[in-house]
Amino acid sequence: MMNNLCVLPVVIPMAAGVLLILTHARPVVSRAIAISANILSLGVALALVETVRADGIQLLAFGNWPAPFGIVFTVDMLSALMVAVTMVVSTATLLFASVSLDDRLEKNFFYPLFQFLLMGVNGAFLTGDLFNLFVWFEVLLVSSYGLMALGSQGYQLQETFKYLVVNALSSALFLIGIALVYGATGTLNMADLVFKFPALAESGMAGVIAVIFLVVFGIKGALFPLYVWLPRAYYGPPTVISGLFGGLLTKVGVYALFRTVTLFFAPSSSFVLPLLSFVAGATMLLGVLGALSQWDFKRILSYHIVSQIGYMIMGLAIYTPLALAGGIFYIIHHILVKTSLFLVAGAVEKRYGTTNLRALGGAADGSPLLATLFMFAGLALAGAPPLSGFVAKFMLLRSGLEAANHVIVAISIVVSFLTLYSMMKIYRYAFWREEAETAIVVPGEPVRTFAIASLVTLSLVLGLGGALLLPYVEIAAAQLLDPAAWGTAVLEARVR
Amino acid sequence: MHFAVLTVVAVFITCGVYLLLDRTLLRVIIGLGLLSNGVNLALLASGGLGAGAAPILGHGSAAIVDPLPQALILTAIVIGFGVTALMLTLAFASYQSQLSDDLEDLHGRLDDE
Repeated sequence: MMNNLCVLPVVIPMAAGVLLILTHARPVVSRAIAISANILSLGVALALVETVRADGIQLLAFGNWPAPFGIVFTVDMLSALMVAVTMVVSTATLLFASVSLDDRLEKNFFYPLFQFLLMGVNGAFLTGDLFNLFVWFEVLLVSSYGLMALGSQGYQLQETFKYLVVNALSSALFLIGIALVYGATGTLNMADLVFKFPALAESGMAGVIAVIFLVVFGIKGALFPLYVWLPRAYYGPPTVISGLFGGLLTKVGVYALFRTVTLFFAPSSSFVLPLLSFVAGATMLLGVLGALSQWDFKRILSYHIVSQIGYMIMGLAIYTPLALAGGIFYIIHHILVKTSLFLVAGAVEKRYGTTNLRALGGAADGSPLLATLFMFAGLALAGAPPLSGFVAKFMLLRSGLEAANHVIVAISIVVSFLTLYSMMKIYRYAFWREEAETAIVVPGEPVRTFAIASLVTLSLVLGLGGALLLPYVEIAAAQLLDPAAWGTAVLEARVR
Repeated sequence: MHFAVLTVVAVFITCGVYLLLDRTLLRVIIGLGLLSNGVNLALLASGGLGAGAAPILGHGSAAIVDPLPQALILTAIVIGFGVTALMLTLAFASYQSQLSDDLEDLHGRLDDE
């Protein structure tokens, strides 16, 4: 069904971004524009989720060229949910940033870059065309280079350069993959590919293309063994920007994997799912082991991003309705909780001037509310009830046992305990002990706490009321497992 | 024809990867430039390399060339251009703050742990 709502999550950030370039020298005006644009997009995203639930897949054909000839935006439940959760965390992050960033950084095009990043992320979630997906990836990456280097400290410049080179290389591979797909099938529209791609399985071309795309999205989503760029890159920028990146960016790669694997690769190549299963286990384990060896709040959290991505891929690899639903639930839970943990790190850094655990201490005396919020978010990350992580992990473990994939279930349980240990380590060193002497009271703390509290509350709501979100992720999983229905819906939509 | 183009693609990508592994920031950038040119050629080849008329409606014969890969390459070139400009800026800013563009030289200098 054609619906103009589909394109608004891209258009609103774009318009706001352009406007914000003009007002970049006036932080007060910029904050107002950025936050209202975000709330507007959040409203659109929630409306989109409800529309998809009521009326099924929505799409928009640009220039009225029907698929497969024109570019289409296709919105199924997974896309709509991802856009909605993106807007939720970005609004909280924006609120946090508006009271935390230096005046100098705010004037240095922070708000325009932020909006363009959201435009790229939303575009990647919504598009139904393989080349268009590449373009949205570039939009979000170029904005992220700008945000990562914001402030131009030596360490940041050096790490941004590496991040840029790694991503430019993966983009080149992405283009090679696209060239192969186009050369072999003559189309780049995902719905059209659903029907044309399986024919490549005979010649072995399907496997080659699958491997190239797994590497591309593996780099962008930070999977084993391609995650090494992440922890150092996410340490550099101001903590609030790391929080946004940690919550959102790698999940775009994970989303692209969910999309492409269910549409083309799993039905046409039998090696994809066992490979993903192995990669999921290795990503979880090595990510958490990396975190254990670190002594910095932000670095520990960065390694946990890697480890948590393993759980999402585990859901994809098991490939049953329950597992995919669990994987999607996990993505939503992770985006909320990981961003809130980074924001706690940002609030602590504001107060004590460092994120090094050896120099921190006693934050629980200074701000008991922050300590409570960290405790909830940390427990959610480890998967303790009654928080959202528990529901997501329960679904994944249960589907793993039903599929008799005992190795990955065992690994994921061990990793959960190691995650809990890591969170306890942060709690013990940053929040207990004597209060550090560097404590200063910085204005804006109530707003910061409110931003974190709203995300943690959502995690609690999703944990206690998992049944609220469950119908939505079940629809999303059912749609993913029936690519033929998705393809038909897109190809046969009537152009107005 | 295909073989010749694919050989050029292979040479471009090989040289690009070789330069990418260098320690000097500038060579890394040149390497990425070569790499993306090789990839653009691969995109061109993906549409088939046969001769044909320009794809304008009402002009020319039944055999026309596929215009889509050219549109894709144009997009890819523009994106590559922007990213290269950004990379040069970053490398220059990094050189100004560290007075070196050698990664070996920079290694470990800025680790705060």
